[in-house]
Amino acid sequence: MADETEIKSSTPRYADASLVQARFAGNIEEITEALGEVTVVAKREGLVELMTFLRDEPSLRFNYLSDIGGLDLGEFATPRFAVAYQLYSIEHNHRLRVKVFVEEDDAVLPTMWGVWKTSNWLEREIFDMFGVSFDGHPDLRRILMPADYEGHPLRKDFPIKGY
Amino acid sequence: MGLETKIGEVLPDVLTTRLDSLVNWARKSSIWPATFGLACCAIEMMAMTDARNDVARFGAEVFRASPRQADVMIVAGRVSIKMAPVLRRIYDQMPEPKWVISMGVCASAGGVFNNYAIVQGVDKVVPVDVFVPGCPPRPEGLIWAIMKLQEKIEREKVFTEESAA
Repeated sequence: MADETEIKSSTPRYADASLVQARFAGNIEEITEALGEVTVVAKREGLVELMTFLRDEPSLRFNYLSDIGGLDLGEFATPRFAVAYQLYSIEHNHRLRVKVFVEEDDAVLPTMWGVWKTSNWLEREIFDMFGVSFDGHPDLRRILMPADYEGHPLRKDFPIKGY
Repeated sequence: MGLETKIGEVLPDVLTTRLDSLVNWARKSSIWPATFGLACCAIEMMAMTDARNDVARFGAEVFRASPRQADVMIVAGRVSIKMAPVLRRIYDQMPEPKWVISMGVCASAGGVFNNYAIVQGVDKVVPVDVFVPGCPPRPEGLIWAIMKLQEKIEREKVFTEESAA
């Protein structure tokens, strides 16, 4: 039995993204690898389809969205913001990062609520901290700061103590 | 000599004192804190009541689960902007007379949390009677604050001309 069962390492590895590259060539800017971590830099268009594929494809099966991170490159950068989705497959024990850049005057992304329900609160956090909104989100409110709070605290031009 | 001596002769069980002193003595001897801990300072606040530090010696060991039974609010830890209205509501629910101890540098001035999320000093939300320095203050420090508060209560005027009128 032992030789028939594939013994998987407990340390998660990053997934092979070549399948995505072939299939979603038009929706992907580039695929980078650094320190063993694979990042798919995707375009906003077709993002939901890409994510759904990543979730459903049997060899990838990213059934867990472990986190969404925000990135502000500074008020003079174009595009200014990036949003990074950290995906994990419980079945395959591998990870993948999908990063999407958005412009400041058009900081809108499609919601991933239809793909992973956990993105509800994660996207609210990005909205709260960076002011990037999510189209189609069922309940896009602030999640950490008070409802009447002004500004988005993790933006680079936000004063450290608040307004 | 005086009224006290005369009364002592006639009624040996009677003690005379000033009403202010009597009421203030009763108040300062049972400063019951509200159960309200916000961060790591609350651990030291709990340690204040243990057998080693034993704040029961000063009558302040009875942490009340309801603000309506509490006399002092010990703001033990950092107050986030979102927590400030909650803190204010608990303070408003406490019956008069009431006092506030700001425990530690976070509650007093923001401390290391000099950022967008934390109220930079709880005196922006409620009136503070005693500030305790430290990060966190040792239980002795908090007992010092309770003793300072007792001294403050001793000096209070219970019956003013306004209340008599």
